[in-house]
Amino acid sequence: MSKQGLLIDYEYCSGCHSCEVACRKELGLSVGEWGIKIATIGPWQHDDESWEWNHIPIPTKLCDLCADRVAQGKKPACVHHCLAFCMEYGTVEELSKKMEEKGTKVFMVLP
Amino acid sequence: MSTPWKTGTDDDFVVRTTAWSAPGCHPVGCGVKLHIKDGKLVGVEGDEESPITHGRLCVRCLALDEYLYHPDRILYPMKRAKEDRGKDKFERITWDEAFDTIVDWVTKTREKYGYQGVAVMGGTGREATLFYPVLSYAVLQTPNCGTPLSGASCYGPRCTVTNYLMGAGYPEIDHAAYFPDRYDNPEFEVPEYIIIWGKTPLESNADGFFGHAITDMMKRGTKIITVDPRVTWLGSRAEYNLQVRPGTDAALGLAMINLIIEEDLYDHEFVENWTYGFDELKERVKEYTVERAADITWIPKEKIIAATRAFAKAKNASIQWGVAVDQMSNGLQMGQTILDLAALTGNIDNPGGITLAPKASLTGKWRYETIRWVNPELVQNRIGNDVYPANRSALTNLLADPYLEALETDQPYAVRLMWINSCNPYACPGAVPERWHDAFLRMDYVIVQEAFMTPAAMGLADLLLPVSTYPERDGIVLPHFGRNSPMVGAMNKVIAIGEAKSDFEICLTLGRRLNPEAWPWETVQEFLDFQLVPNAGFTFEELREKVYHQPHYEYYKYKKGLCRADREPGFETVTGLFELRSLQFEAWGDDPLPYFMEPQYSPNSTPELYEEFPLVLTTGGRKITSFHSEHRQIPSLREIDPWPIVQINPVDAEKYGIVDGGWVGIENQFGKCRQKAEVTPTIMPGVIHACHAWWYPEQDQTEPNQGGYKKSNINMLMPHFHVGPLYVGAPYKCLLCKVYPVQGLEE
Repeated sequence: MSKQGLLIDYEYCSGCHSCEVACRKELGLSVGEWGIKIATIGPWQHDDESWEWNHIPIPTKLCDLCADRVAQGKKPACVHHCLAFCMEYGTVEELSKKMEEKGTKVFMVLP
Repeated sequence: MSTPWKTGTDDDFVVRTTAWSAPGCHPVGCGVKLHIKDGKLVGVEGDEESPITHGRLCVRCLALDEYLYHPDRILYPMKRAKEDRGKDKFERITWDEAFDTIVDWVTKTREKYGYQGVAVMGGTGREATLFYPVLSYAVLQTPNCGTPLSGASCYGPRCTVTNYLMGAGYPEIDHAAYFPDRYDNPEFEVPEYIIIWGKTPLESNADGFFGHAITDMMKRGTKIITVDPRVTWLGSRAEYNLQVRPGTDAALGLAMINLIIEEDLYDHEFVENWTYGFDELKERVKEYTVERAADITWIPKEKIIAATRAFAKAKNASIQWGVAVDQMSNGLQMGQTILDLAALTGNIDNPGGITLAPKASLTGKWRYETIRWVNPELVQNRIGNDVYPANRSALTNLLADPYLEALETDQPYAVRLMWINSCNPYACPGAVPERWHDAFLRMDYVIVQEAFMTPAAMGLADLLLPVSTYPERDGIVLPHFGRNSPMVGAMNKVIAIGEAKSDFEICLTLGRRLNPEAWPWETVQEFLDFQLVPNAGFTFEELREKVYHQPHYEYYKYKKGLCRADREPGFETVTGLFELRSLQFEAWGDDPLPYFMEPQYSPNSTPELYEEFPLVLTTGGRKITSFHSEHRQIPSLREIDPWPIVQINPVDAEKYGIVDGGWVGIENQFGKCRQKAEVTPTIMPGVIHACHAWWYPEQDQTEPNQGGYKKSNINMLMPHFHVGPLYVGAPYKCLLCKVYPVQGLEE
């Protein structure tokens, strides 16, 4: 059986925090506990004036990839609610293929 | 076949509904599935069948349980003796007692001071936006209906200029929201470029626009140009960022128009057939060379040229303007240039341009019509009308600045009964917070209608009325308040917490006692059917079942005789054309063509003051974790944005000794406050950006502290009555200030 993970398209992660709060509610966590949390790189400007500014949601050890939701045929809470639709759930094989199609500013995480 | 609106058992069920505040938000109508078990909300999930949001939700709806069941919510009517204002001495009463008391006070105030002795102060964005005018006009029959925002500087100015130039409702980006299949609809084309001008749509979701529709379209190829003193996250993905000195946007707009005409990049078909005043506009903009605009706006000349060409040469493009248009005294002209840019490039009512809609519809239209229940003489002589006659036709509210003076002086007449509906006047919009606070204290009786304990509720209320949240009421969500509604959503009541009532329910009950002729409906549903059946062709029950209704959108309506009441082609203006030269502006005594005017206080207009206050101050950029002054007490949201943030460029931070994360004193000739520094290269040098509407629910709420509403309130630095020539527009976004490090929040 293939392992499951999350694909993060950080070209589009706007740092809206929906994944964080959706996850907290799904797992019944308290304030201060996070099942996923956004890390931010930048903002800074390169010599060509382009900006490096990336938000990257990273699951914590509390993340079980929403096993209960997935068993009901739903997406994980973070993926479902992501305002930028920049997260996907799937097998490593599926997500690898999608990463290759996207080509840039994308990574996969296995919590 | 969509999922039924309600599934499950009597005590464990899920309801599909659409969201509109409270919790505070604009009428986007995000699709929500609420899981109720044994009468309690146990789960919130985005509704993937929503044609607008497709399952997505922002943190404010995701944290709905923390809002609904928060101990600071107001759940029952309460009274308090006038001498106990500011003290935590409320006493729970019944709704019957509350309504009887209101009728008594209205009656005796009218006897002594006339109908105009009663006033309503309303808040923004929430459902109250529709119903506080109705409360004022159809229930209390007073013309005194307004907000505390100086210069009516939110939304109204943009609606006014749109009305004058093109006789239409709100000009929103075409994001295919009218189509059930959205971006895949064969009639729709994604905009090649979108200019985001003075707005943060991802965070604000303003007025009914689902902000992340922008990222949806970027994935489909749309390129972004921003005009903003800050490079926002969206700006970091933009092709061009025009970092404009706050308050000088009209100069940029004029130069862009000039360049487009000079380089013959305009849409000849649209200009020749559908506009009025092109030659005069062409003459006017010649004064505004790109060099001059660069000098005024601090934007490099090359960037103005490149961005203008990219926008004008695009096959289709759109512009989204923000509240920045409203928050400067030159705002009407800034708005004029923006609409002119859309018109000159033919980007109106075309696929992927700017959508064109009627001026008002459904409850959004009805609320204006209720003015007929007020004595016309009182309406004509409304506070401020003598000085600003344009208000008689353009704005439905009275003017905040003269309103405040009237409350302070009893001139031109005394107001003695104040009803504050979903508004936090001195902790949020009021430009001179302490003056508003003191003016309200002069009232004989103050009613506050709110969902939460706020500084205004604790400080002023003699009677406190609880407002329901969206899961607690039936209603409809009307994006853009009916001025351009690609969707009508059902708000389905699922739960009762305490005895909170909706704004409409309060209006209905009281209306039937005070002005029964205006209130023929016995129930909320009867009223909703009265709105929906003749105008949309279905009942509320039918809408409830399907949750969402999207009306059809027809492109190029102006060519087909679908914009004017007489069904002739063209626009609903005096000339029947898009007015590049505005006859309305002229009629009200302003220049019919757009022009640039420096902010009242700026490096150029007050150079001596600028030596003492060497930074340009802009305010009010939105955070997704709050709606104006709301949500400061919601744990999951406050955790994300715990403090008010002032953004400062590293160059300026070094100059003034400011460190990232440190507390900063912000001060100018009008006042001061404290916020925490974010030292960031995203804000242009020479400008700082401060958050608005900060107060501290965790602090003592009683007088004199009142949640510390003065401590971080950036409006402590705002002036009174610094408005545009036709009244609208006040400089919330363009003042001067200085900054200095301080030890902490407390003095």
